[in-house]
Amino acid sequence: MTCESPLSSLDDLAARVPDGAKLAVPRDITGPAMAATRALIRRGVRGLHLVCVPTSGLQADLLIGAGCVATLETSAVTLGEFGPAPRFTAAVKAGTIAILDATCPAIHAGLQAAEKGIPFMPLRGVLGSDLVAHRPDWRVIQNPFAEAGADDHGDGEDDPILVLPAIRPDAALFHAPRADRFGNVWIGPRRELMTMAHAAKQTLVTVEEIVDGDLLAEDEAAAGTIPALYIGAIAEAPSGAWPLAFHDAYGADAAELADYARLARTEPGFAQYLARFLERGHAGPAGG
Amino acid sequence: MDCRREELLIAAIARLLEGCRNVAVGALSPIPGTAAMLARARDPRVRVLGILRGNAFTDGGVELFDLAAQGRLDAFFLGGGQIDGRGNLNLVGTGDYPRSAVRWPGSFGSAFLYALVPRVILFREEHSRRVLVPEVDFISAAGPAPGPSSDDPRRRGGPHALLTDRALFGFDRTRGRFHLKSVHPGHDVEEVTANTGFDFDRPETVPETPLPDAETLALIRGPVAREIARTYPRFAERLFPEAGAAHS
Repeated sequence: MTCESPLSSLDDLAARVPDGAKLAVPRDITGPAMAATRALIRRGVRGLHLVCVPTSGLQADLLIGAGCVATLETSAVTLGEFGPAPRFTAAVKAGTIAILDATCPAIHAGLQAAEKGIPFMPLRGVLGSDLVAHRPDWRVIQNPFAEAGADDHGDGEDDPILVLPAIRPDAALFHAPRADRFGNVWIGPRRELMTMAHAAKQTLVTVEEIVDGDLLAEDEAAAGTIPALYIGAIAEAPSGAWPLAFHDAYGADAAELADYARLARTEPGFAQYLARFLERGHAGPAGG
Repeated sequence: MDCRREELLIAAIARLLEGCRNVAVGALSPIPGTAAMLARARDPRVRVLGILRGNAFTDGGVELFDLAAQGRLDAFFLGGGQIDGRGNLNLVGTGDYPRSAVRWPGSFGSAFLYALVPRVILFREEHSRRVLVPEVDFISAAGPAPGPSSDDPRRRGGPHALLTDRALFGFDRTRGRFHLKSVHPGHDVEEVTANTGFDFDRPETVPETPLPDAETLALIRGPVAREIARTYPRFAERLFPEAGAAHS
């Protein structure tokens, strides 16, 4: 049996995300695929249900500002030390996106349910939060294993627990250090990327480099590798997380992020930034 | 003694961490982070988790939450745009949800960790009536139901203390109310009351928050400053220029 090569161009990878898709993306420090985000915006994707695992920053703000997002499921959106995420804030206030506010472990739990192929996952805590009241898709049930007769009412110990529906993304999209030509992707210790890949119907990855050899051949690399069976497409994109930091490979482009935070406060300013961001992509981060 | 405002807060937080083994610090929390490093400098058995550089996790972003649910995490820090007198926290926004008048980033892990970590230290530098409100507009993380705490995951969490720029409060779980523990040097009870939007208990005489002693200050400005500079270089450079922290 032969397998189609997962190696792809950025534009072909972006074309695999249809309008209206449920798209899972990682938090800023884990490796958002910013070059692929540029390709998505350029192709004019619309109506995304963006699932931030479990938060987002520049990536969500750009996609929202560019009109690509219908529904945002997240525990937070922030530019971190560069301040609030202005397009997210504006869209929520204007009511132009639907917001599904969550809490970090609830998003992880939903993905874990999906990777196990089960309909829901219970989670401690959270009860009493207004998040529960505003999430009709979340439920509170009694722990079916609580000891019967343990409370004053004699009808079983009161042990309410939150249950969260499985989150099954149409696609997971992230940036990783390297992949081999068989389609195996090395993520190192960033295990939430593994969970995202297991949970999603297909996983789209950009990498700093494509390497020779087989990442599954040695235990040391294999332990941090997503096997090719989960991977839909891989595109090589050096500096593919720019202007965000990418682990030990490169730091954040602080001047660029400060520019974004400043310009994106207004719609015309955002449009100006977006045009520059899309244009700069043609020459790569070093050019332009 | 010449003590910076931040150093007083760092020393006060480190005292609140006494006896803790596993302490986690969230993103963008340089003062709690420095306090946790100070606690570790005094007691090498303290583990500081969650800070970007040198964190001990190998199971991804979920690991902090999993170990907190098990009861392995002793202390964590939370803040909020609004905090009310029952210990409810709002990290979402003001006005009517979802189209908030002022929208903040979101709840992060607060709804979960607040309920499951036995020693949650509320830290918010701004001590004003716009932050310390009678009732939050949105409950991101709920204050504990009145009653004693226990190891049971349904009764473990809630606020251990609330530290601001002006004062330190404790929280009485049985009564579901904050009480004033100390006021920082240069501030007084009247000022604290005038700037607090919720009702709280206060003893007859309110002590002053102690200044860090010379030994503590030397630790903060030396090895702790160099350590925190690995994660917060700009913070360390601004606050502890004497440590040469950013160049280490």
